Amino acid sequence: MKARVHVMLKNGVLDPQGEAVRHALGAMGFAGVQGVRQGKVIELDLAEGTTEADVTSMCEKLLANTVIESYTVEMS
Amino acid sequence: MRAAVIVFPGSNCDRDLAVAFEQAGADVTMVWHKDSTLPDGIDIVGIPGGFSYGDYLRCGAIAANSPICKSVADHAARGGYVMGICNGFQILTETGLLPGALLRNAGLKYICKTVGLKVETSASDYTNGYNAGDVIDIPIAHHDGNYFADAETIARLKGEDRIAFTYTDNPNGAQADIAGILSDNRRVLGMMPHPERAADAGHCGTDGVALFRALAGALTTA
Repeated sequence: MKARVHVMLKNGVLDPQGEAVRHALGAMGFAGVQGVRQGKVIELDLAEGTTEADVTSMCEKLLANTVIESYTVEMS
Repeated sequence: MRAAVIVFPGSNCDRDLAVAFEQAGADVTMVWHKDSTLPDGIDIVGIPGGFSYGDYLRCGAIAANSPICKSVADHAARGGYVMGICNGFQILTETGLLPGALLRNAGLKYICKTVGLKVETSASDYTNGYNAGDVIDIPIAHHDGNYFADAETIARLKGEDRIAFTYTDNPNGAQADIAGILSDNRRVLGMMPHPERAADAGHCGTDGVALFRALAGALTTA
C-alpha cells in the first residue's frame, strides 16, 4: 500500500520560490501564467494495516508544519 | 550558570555558542542529540545554529523530533531557560516552544552579513543589558529567516512585549521586521541573528556580549 502526501504553503503565506518561477515563465514568453505555488510530494510505502489516520498523524507531527503548510493525503 | 549546548548532525555554531557562554562565566556541557536527558542542574539550554539534518524536509523539523528535544521541552515547561539561535530558532518554532515559523527569505538568497538590530524590550534576562531602543550590530547567516505568524499571533507578541529584536533594515521579509521573540514566560528566546558571532575582540564586533553577560547575571545569583 502506498500513500502520497501533498504539502503546500497555505494561501496567504508568501511563496517566493513560486513567484520566482512565475517571473521566469513570463520572461520565457509564457504569458498566460497568473500565479505559481510550489509544494512538495512525499510518497510513503506502507506496511499492511497502516491507515490513513496514521498518515494524517505523520503529517501533523512531522511531514507538514501546519503553521504555514496544508496537506492532503491520497491512499492507493 | 550551567549551560548545555545541544549538538545535532549539521550544527556548526555549537562551539562558538559554548565559547560565548564560557566567556560569560558559564560551565558548559555539550549534549548529543541522541541523548534523551539533559545533565542535572542545567540552567540554560543553547540550541545552536547550523544545518541540523541537512535542513531536510524543513529547517529544524527533524531535529525538533530528536530524543533530546523532549527533554528540552520538559526543561522549558519547568521554567528553564532555552535560547535558540538561527537554526536553533527554527527548531524552537518546530517544537512549538515558540510561535510562528521561519520561511525562505523573501529575496530567495542566503544572506550572510552584519545587520542592525533594534532592541525592542529590555524586560527579559536576555536583553536587560541593553536599553529598549538601542541599535546593535549582529551578524546574520541564513536562507530561511523570514519570520511568519498569523496576524493574531503577531498582535499578541506585540501586546505582550515579546518581540526581543527587530531588524532596522529588514533583510528577509520577516513580518513586523521580527528578528527574535520571547516565550510567554520570557525565558525562551529564539533569534535568527548570531550574538555568539559578536562576542569576542577577535570578531567584527562585540555587541552580543551584553546578552551573555545579562544571562550570566540572572542565572548566577542562585
